[in-house]
Amino acid sequence: MRRRKFEELFFRGLMLLATVIISGSLFLIVGTIFYKGAPYMNLDMITKTPGGGFYIGKAGGILNAIIGSLYIAGGATVSGLLISVPVAIFINMYINGKTFLANTLRMAYDVLFGIPSIVYGAFGFLIMVYFGLRASLLGGIIAVTLLVIPILVRTLDEVIRTVPSELGDATLSLGATRWETAKVILRQVRPGIFTALLLSFGRAIGDVASVLFTAGFSDNIPASLHEPAASLPLAIFFQLSSPVAEVQGRGYASALVLTIIVLFITILSEICIRKFYKQKA
Amino acid sequence: MYQEVLQTESVVAKKTHISVKGLNVHIGSQHILKDISIDIPDKKVTSIIGPSGCGKTTLLKTFNRLLDNSSDVKITGKVLVDGENIYDPNIEVTRIRKKMGLLSQRPYPLPMSVYENVAYGPRIHGTRKKALLDALVERQLRATGLWEEVKDRLNAPATRLSIGQQQRLCLARGLAVNPEIILGDESTSALDPVSTRIIEDLFMKLKEKYSIVLVTHILRQAARISDYIIFVYMGKIIEAGPAEQILQDPKEELTRQYVKGYIT
Repeated sequence: MRRRKFEELFFRGLMLLATVIISGSLFLIVGTIFYKGAPYMNLDMITKTPGGGFYIGKAGGILNAIIGSLYIAGGATVSGLLISVPVAIFINMYINGKTFLANTLRMAYDVLFGIPSIVYGAFGFLIMVYFGLRASLLGGIIAVTLLVIPILVRTLDEVIRTVPSELGDATLSLGATRWETAKVILRQVRPGIFTALLLSFGRAIGDVASVLFTAGFSDNIPASLHEPAASLPLAIFFQLSSPVAEVQGRGYASALVLTIIVLFITILSEICIRKFYKQKA
Repeated sequence: MYQEVLQTESVVAKKTHISVKGLNVHIGSQHILKDISIDIPDKKVTSIIGPSGCGKTTLLKTFNRLLDNSSDVKITGKVLVDGENIYDPNIEVTRIRKKMGLLSQRPYPLPMSVYENVAYGPRIHGTRKKALLDALVERQLRATGLWEEVKDRLNAPATRLSIGQQQRLCLARGLAVNPEIILGDESTSALDPVSTRIIEDLFMKLKEKYSIVLVTHILRQAARISDYIIFVYMGKIIEAGPAEQILQDPKEELTRQYVKGYIT
């Protein structure tokens, strides 16, 4: 009897400990970034590009990296969506979501989902070399697009699968073609598509390995697709590697900026997901 | 006047809209429908009855080729609609489906406004003029008795309507593409008694213009509204005939047992 009671207490304690560690480390991470970065946060950080001598502690900000990251993540998400929507529709409406081929495709995307982003970076780099591109905004967008396609396809696939088949039957019975039916279904899942966009954007903006040698780095805001673009993760890396305390602090401030963007996107997508499933119910 | 007479005659002279000949449906390894041959009478309410899982919904879905989208389905035999085999590989499926309005178990309004729901069908078939669409939407909403209830909120999302209103909207949506046949798949099973009654009354009214085929598992409903009843059991048609005869004086023992409630 005492053994059972002890077991109950022991495992409950273990679960409590794990929960504390998890939420504790989340607070610790955000707290550290905030503590170390906040003193270096100022308007210049987010409104100015690096001035001369920025990396030894002189004036300027990380606007180049903020804009660069937004460009890369935004461009990759949009181009990823253009590829993923047709694929998700194809899986669910043209080859019937339950067939062998559909499940094989799903597995393929699961595998792609698990591939480390450095591999996408290397692959994107190969494509760039093949087409004679230099490290540029375009190169970064290509590599990150490859990275987010599996996320987008799987999310859209899940979302489209929540639509009852009777809705499709309804439009088909009116004499609609499959594509016309697909358009109605896409309209039905609009909040879900938005969620997929946010998830992919959130992943894209924080990824460093895929842009490491595809997007390059520049102190200027890229004016065209062929110019190299800075990104927040790389800006953090460069600044934190500096021996100058001032610059290190700015590295934490940059991390804070990135964290706030990602946090904002996560919360927004959480709201969208809730709205989507509420509408379903 | 003369024209009207001519038209009426041509309708009478025409063969039945739906005529099924030697239809077999396999889904995976299961033989769902076995050697179905039946003529569905024109401008009448025909009910397909039978215990659940007997294949009645599958039979209904073969009429507008909705089974096409399910995997692993094998269909042999013929379904003639206006004398044309709809399983002919050269046939244009959208044209066949347009001839039949489908009313499913629950209302599934399109993610659009009330107005757009009704206008959707005519739009995809090429009606663009606003005035024409307006008139069409009003006519079909009146035909389903919804007009007075929704005329002030035509632009509201269709999902705001009550479930009974949504089902009538779905009916109006189907009628808007000028079908000849209305297929109902237990169309009242999700509705309250009052809405059920409204839909049944609509069917009774609509049979002047359309042939109506309903799947129902409610015998009393079949008795209330059908002219003709088809009893399906284990994928076979056991008996088909005028409603009164099937319900009061069935020829087959199985039908008698089902009608009395021994088989469910």
